[in-house]
Amino acid sequence: MKWDEFFVFTGDPMLFAAMISIIVGAISIVVGLTYFKKWAYLWREWLTTVDHKKIGVMYILVALIMLFRGGVDALLMRGQTAMPENGLLNAQHYNEIFTTHGVIMILFMAMPFIIGLMNVIIPLQIGARDVAFPRLNSVSFWLFAAGAGLFNISFIIGGSPDAGWSAYFPLASLEFSPTVGNNYYALSLQIAGLGTLMTGINFVVTILKMRAPGMTWMKMPMFTWSVLITNVIIVFAFPVLTVALALMTMDRQFGTKFFAMQDGGMDMLWANLFWVWGHPEVYIVILPAFGIFSEIISTFARKNLYGYKSMVVSMVAISLLSFVVWAHHFYTMGHGVMVNSIFSISTMAIAVPTGVKIFNWLLTLHKGKISFTTPMLYSLAFIPIFTIGGVTGVMLAMASADYQYHNTMFLVAHFHYVLIPGTVFAVIAGFHFWFPKVFGFRLNEKLGKLGFWFITISFNVAFFPLFILGLNGMTRRMYTYSESTGYGPLNMLSFIGAVGLGIGFIILVYNIYWSIRYSPRDEDGDPWDARSLEWATHSPVPVYNFARVPKINELDAFWFAKKNNRMLSDDPYEPIHMPSNSGMPFLMSGAFFAAGFCAVFSWWIPAIIFTIAIFVFMALRSFEQDHGYYISVEEIERTERELGGDKK
Amino acid sequence: MKIDESLPLEYSTEENRLKILGFWIFLGAEIALFSTLFAVYFTLENRFGTGPSAQEIFHMPPVMIETILLLTSSFTIGLGIHAMRLGLKKAMMTFFVITLMLGLGFLGVEIYEFVTYVNEGATIQTSAFLSALMTLLGTHGLHVTFGLFWGTAILLQVRKRGLTPETANKSFIFSLYWHFLDVVWIFIFSFVYLKGLMVL
Repeated sequence: MKWDEFFVFTGDPMLFAAMISIIVGAISIVVGLTYFKKWAYLWREWLTTVDHKKIGVMYILVALIMLFRGGVDALLMRGQTAMPENGLLNAQHYNEIFTTHGVIMILFMAMPFIIGLMNVIIPLQIGARDVAFPRLNSVSFWLFAAGAGLFNISFIIGGSPDAGWSAYFPLASLEFSPTVGNNYYALSLQIAGLGTLMTGINFVVTILKMRAPGMTWMKMPMFTWSVLITNVIIVFAFPVLTVALALMTMDRQFGTKFFAMQDGGMDMLWANLFWVWGHPEVYIVILPAFGIFSEIISTFARKNLYGYKSMVVSMVAISLLSFVVWAHHFYTMGHGVMVNSIFSISTMAIAVPTGVKIFNWLLTLHKGKISFTTPMLYSLAFIPIFTIGGVTGVMLAMASADYQYHNTMFLVAHFHYVLIPGTVFAVIAGFHFWFPKVFGFRLNEKLGKLGFWFITISFNVAFFPLFILGLNGMTRRMYTYSESTGYGPLNMLSFIGAVGLGIGFIILVYNIYWSIRYSPRDEDGDPWDARSLEWATHSPVPVYNFARVPKINELDAFWFAKKNNRMLSDDPYEPIHMPSNSGMPFLMSGAFFAAGFCAVFSWWIPAIIFTIAIFVFMALRSFEQDHGYYISVEEIERTERELGGDKK
Repeated sequence: MKIDESLPLEYSTEENRLKILGFWIFLGAEIALFSTLFAVYFTLENRFGTGPSAQEIFHMPPVMIETILLLTSSFTIGLGIHAMRLGLKKAMMTFFVITLMLGLGFLGVEIYEFVTYVNEGATIQTSAFLSALMTLLGTHGLHVTFGLFWGTAILLQVRKRGLTPETANKSFIFSLYWHFLDVVWIFIFSFVYLKGLMVL
């Protein structure tokens, strides 16, 4: 391999600038850590932590960085298509950008943001001291981080994947995508996917087994329900991705014939495997969003959630249906009337439970005392915008009509109308809502609302024109078009919206900075007057979460205890058992990263050596004897006093 | 750590119970993984291009030996766990060693089978059918290989530390894993080999 194939920046000023900025960023982080003498702190408090709250914060931090990366990709795409015959990006660069935008936004932004919120909140919400397997949780995070890192360096070393985020064969085969880009795709998603699968197992066990005494199924908060269902989907969907990616790697690097065009291979097998995982994946990122909105709407309408049981039933129904609709992603690929009809009907059926949820939220708002806080504004905007996304989804679900919409900008507009008000609004709303729980102070409401209006209006300006462009026949993934098509003005409008969205996110980040410096510190632990158990302890949350395990006898037990001046538990303090920190997950994920990187370039000997290192770490863990440690009663008393006294 | 004396050793602590449930859920994910591989195999089983078909390469004798070895090993690990529950460390270790030896034997025959295929010109690159077959068998074989190392590590710990709640828990979870590999093999035997040899 020649160096100019290895480093891809040669000759392209934009890639060169990206590389320089990455190097400068890395150097400044190293210098900064050394100058402020923070290496030991970083290692002790973050890199080795097994605390679910800190792991959650790290997930969200990475998600925000990835939001920036994916957002820059989006701006470049919209910039390129803003004018006919634009020369900002060439075709190859455009292909790489839309591929990485899709992969990063779904797998390295939406997923970790949701998993981050889940990590921070779920153990608190069910009254547990941590997740079931704290060490495994740390492994999950670091595997995800290794995968994200591996995917992102493809940009400057070897070349990014360029076959779309769905990487259809034969386009993604070695013959048509000869760079290492799709090797990066397969291996980085493989590593991050392993982490996600472990998260799935961890949270299913946590929610099944570690709920506070008395919290029966129907007394679980709605976010907990949504996360439980999501993680069950993860456990059954991610192995399919594991297999699909492994087959991709083997086809590209070992010459197997799974998706080949000759020797009996079947390229459509990839599309099926990808979407058998890919469609449940859509619900993995949307169901927790539904949970977050349920919590927020109920809190700020000052009412209990309307139709709790129907919410649960509809989420279970959605999770089952999510596994039987995958073929609607490729109606036009010729699998016959019967198959198309079945998948068309099952797809439309999903609109029913989703509609039930929309009505439940509306009826929760009905006659509520609504306070228009930032998280509530996002939740209120979500309902109508998401409904537009849902209705266009039903349009796309009709197989015969889909022949008209397939692969046009109409589809692009549809899924952005579902994923942005659904997932992105939910995680931002959740971020504003739970921020005081983690850090002990609220984000500034004025800046929050300013950001909300920028994001919501710009979102519609950016994406609504795409519906019309799609109906006018503009296909997705075309890097340029001629002036005579007439697509120019609406694309320019969409670009303006994209810039506005970018400004909205900058306001969001500025708000974090501003609030860290100036926001008044909240001593109360329950700034929103909220309903569920995470607000029953101090903010920021002490390492052991709850000094005494709360006892639950009804839904929203904390709310009723608060209103009736009752304690959730008055047991005496007992020593609390805690897991000890470990650097092993971090180091092991380093071995995963190195093995993956070498495998991308088919450097098999070092790849095997690093793979052996992974197994050595597993063996070390097996022989390790670690029973954690205890926090004594005196220490609990001291901590509780420092945090402002006993909590209910 | 609270130890509940009324339960078997492997279930006796809260942590142990969580680990066993977690492993069952992991096995659920493994079922999804192997189901996908089976689905791929069934899709591609008749797409052998210019290469050999299933009927041309499958030979029953080595497959029968593999089946007998693996099914027996599933029985002996069951005996091992029974001995563990009776607190018989030595008997438990003996049964585990027998299990691992049988697993090693299975792996040896499987490697021999693969070498035979390759010598007959049926490699993983020859056709989609062979890619799917060898990936399915290979994934199962890699699981067995991993199990051999894992089982050995657990045996060393039992020998050194005796039957504690931790080692009993690890041994029990390993036995779940081993039984699972056996179940997968039964499906491979029935729906890959027997079905492949069937003359319709």
